[in-house]
Amino acid sequence: MSAAQAPAGSVDPYKIGLGRPRERSHAMEHAGGGLASKRIITGYGFWIFLLSDIIMFSGFFATYAVLVDNTAGGPAGRQLFDLRNVAIETACLLMSSFTCGIASIGAQAHRGSWFYGAMSATFVLGLIFLGLELHEFAGMVAEGAGPGRSAFLSAFFTLVGCHGLHVSVGLLWLLTMMAQVFAKGYRPDILRRMLCFSLFWHALDIIWVALFSVVYLMGVAR
Amino acid sequence: MFGKLTWAAIPIDQPIPLIAAALVGLCLMGVFILIVVKGWLPYLWREWITSVDHKRIGIMYTLLALVMLLRGFTDAIMMRTQQALAFHSQGYLPPDHYDQIFSAHGTLMIFFVAMPFVIGLMNFVVPLQLGARDVAFPTLNSVSFWLTATGALLVNVSLVVGEFAKTGWLPYPPLSELKYSPGVGVDYYLWSLQISGIGTLLTGVNLVTTILKIHAPGMTYLRMPMFCWTSLASNLLIVAAFPILTATLAMLLLDRYLGFHFFTDDGGGNVMMFMNLIWAWGHPEVYILILPAFGVFSEVISTFSRKPLFGYRSMVAATMAICVLAFMVWLHHFFTMGAGADVNAVFGIMTMIIAVPTGVKVFNWLFTMYGGRITYSSPMLWAIGFMITFVIGGMTGVLLAVPPADFMLHNSLFLVAHFHNVIIGGVLFGGFAGYNYWFPKAFGFRLHDGLGKAAFWCWLIGFYLAFMPLYVLGLMGMTRRMQHYDVAAWRPWLVLAAFGAATILAGIILQVAQLVVSIRRRDELRDDTGDPWDGRSLEWATASPPPVFNFAVLPQVEGEEPYWGIKQRAREQLQLSEEPEYEAIEMPRNSPTGFVCAFFATFMGFALIWHIWWLVILAAIGAFATFVVFAWRDEVEYMIPVEDVARIDRANRTARREALARLQLAS
Repeated sequence: MSAAQAPAGSVDPYKIGLGRPRERSHAMEHAGGGLASKRIITGYGFWIFLLSDIIMFSGFFATYAVLVDNTAGGPAGRQLFDLRNVAIETACLLMSSFTCGIASIGAQAHRGSWFYGAMSATFVLGLIFLGLELHEFAGMVAEGAGPGRSAFLSAFFTLVGCHGLHVSVGLLWLLTMMAQVFAKGYRPDILRRMLCFSLFWHALDIIWVALFSVVYLMGVAR
Repeated sequence: MFGKLTWAAIPIDQPIPLIAAALVGLCLMGVFILIVVKGWLPYLWREWITSVDHKRIGIMYTLLALVMLLRGFTDAIMMRTQQALAFHSQGYLPPDHYDQIFSAHGTLMIFFVAMPFVIGLMNFVVPLQLGARDVAFPTLNSVSFWLTATGALLVNVSLVVGEFAKTGWLPYPPLSELKYSPGVGVDYYLWSLQISGIGTLLTGVNLVTTILKIHAPGMTYLRMPMFCWTSLASNLLIVAAFPILTATLAMLLLDRYLGFHFFTDDGGGNVMMFMNLIWAWGHPEVYILILPAFGVFSEVISTFSRKPLFGYRSMVAATMAICVLAFMVWLHHFFTMGAGADVNAVFGIMTMIIAVPTGVKVFNWLFTMYGGRITYSSPMLWAIGFMITFVIGGMTGVLLAVPPADFMLHNSLFLVAHFHNVIIGGVLFGGFAGYNYWFPKAFGFRLHDGLGKAAFWCWLIGFYLAFMPLYVLGLMGMTRRMQHYDVAAWRPWLVLAAFGAATILAGIILQVAQLVVSIRRRDELRDDTGDPWDGRSLEWATASPPPVFNFAVLPQVEGEEPYWGIKQRAREQLQLSEEPEYEAIEMPRNSPTGFVCAFFATFMGFALIWHIWWLVILAAIGAFATFVVFAWRDEVEYMIPVEDVARIDRANRTARREALARLQLAS
């Protein structure tokens, strides 16, 4: 949601010189000059935020790597993971990234049918992903392999659950985003938020790829 | 209904916290009643609480830091008197209370004094120095501040409702696990840090984007003032390190709330992983604090030596080198973990290497002073006091970086003396230098110099009296955090240290007096030109206090020290540059989003600490609703008409023209 603070309005609200091409070329040479547009500034800021988010995940990844063998006599990944389930999850998430891309193109082209259709598809795919994940979690807890069983399972539930939490927040954001476009139209500030949302959604995909490899594939192979 | 919260949470049987809290409560109540009676509330709400102006947010951050400094110092003086008294006796603080005091002291001083102090200075100064109108995300800036304030509030609430952590400023497990700390103290610590940590992270994102993307025309990276560079490095470290803190504290929370096994001593938990993770954040954290202070000193020393900063580019390189190396030394905080000689040797050598760029900086400051026309005003005194004190602290640090020496000194008072040596002598002195240096920019009048100097001398002498004995005590084998002791040889040194703390108290009283006297005599101390120190960077090119839009027309930057260049031209030609063509300026509207968010965050934090789940859900819904309401705004900016811009700027130009004429007369 942190993208939501960016003020909208004219192209260059801070009078930092946008739209003066002579100076732009001069200043770009020196990587200075404050001539970045609002879209660039917002996107850039959100990238930095995403990097920090990825660092948070790296903390959980590192912890998982340290604790993966500390099963305290409980089940290990090999006994717990169902690769078929994970494959479907992966497919859903990757497809949702694709539909999210379509949605941002639709938003930029101001094409309602594409935007709402693709966003809805993204939502449904995200929901399926979450459902499958929750199903997996519930099954493990029912088997007595909940997060309190061992340090390995604590790390597993935290790492995968943190990603799931991000997906949930993303879904909430997605609905808010659709409502915003519905209520406000394709205003520049709304489009900037859409840019941030799609960056967020794709970043979740990147993290999932790492999760899929490090947790599930390596877990089954151990 | 109220989770774990009952009347038993109020410590009726402990007079000290209760009286302290009553005093604080009375003071707050008094201030609030004064504000309401005088009718200042609407003004405060409109102009400060909802402000998204980086200058006002910076001032509020600094104010928060100074108020929390008083609270943190109260803890400090209690510890020093307790240890001076507690030879063969229990002193006046029971162990249970003493443990809370040293934990609260460290937590407050790092997270709610040092952090808001440097963030406040960065917020206030960086956009002005870059020649920008505001930070990249003004409303987010306000959210950051109010979340930090929420964290500070929760720590202080723990004084009356429940208890604070007894685990030290970093809650090492297994002591901090539910099994050994069943109370709410650790939860207060964890939630207030999680909430304020989000604020700090957002500040980092905001300032990195500002510094890299928003400048005046021509302000290239290698023309940015040194303070902007050190702020950039510091905020990059925030972005890279604070998420690790968030993750680590989240794991401890999961252990405590949901029975996970990250750091427990059963179920396969790994205690040493906490040390590794917390210091992977903690060591960059000390550079997050010290780098902006280095920036302040660079500005102050150059201004008061009337010379450009010596070795500007080497300074940039040293800053960025520290930024990278900061992540490669964390293990030196626990050489005693037993990682083996090889690992310890690597980290010991890395630690010594990080002293090199710092040494480069010290020499650059010395060469800046060399041959300069030095004015010994109070900011400059803090800078010189810093250079001497910090070098001593740095050398004891290098001593601690030798693993065999560290095995002897680990967790002794030698270590306590070392980090106070660098944090007080570095960060706090830097903060005070910046406070004295930029105060006239913020308020339009200077701080009283005589009282400022008196405060400096009390602080400096007090610091040496309070902490040099701790080095000796550390070498004599006294460990940290002792509530009482039986070694007669320690006592004189501890009494001496208590006298040192009293001298620092005198310094603090003088600082309060300085502020009061300066406000009363503001007309004598007024500076109309906006350039009281003969400054060199762009913040001095605008009025004091700067108008909300900072610069009527964005300055065209043509080299390092842009304002110095403009000023020299004016002096040579005996006139100001031509009046620019003014235009209307669009600025972001104020917004209560930050305050409302923090309101909900406070309740959410409190409810999480006391397990009041319905309130958690309610507050979460409130916070989300706040964001949606904010996102639904249509009018996010307002125009400042061209006449107002012209009137404000012309007033400043008149003052500057008169100053120029006076200069002409004098020569």
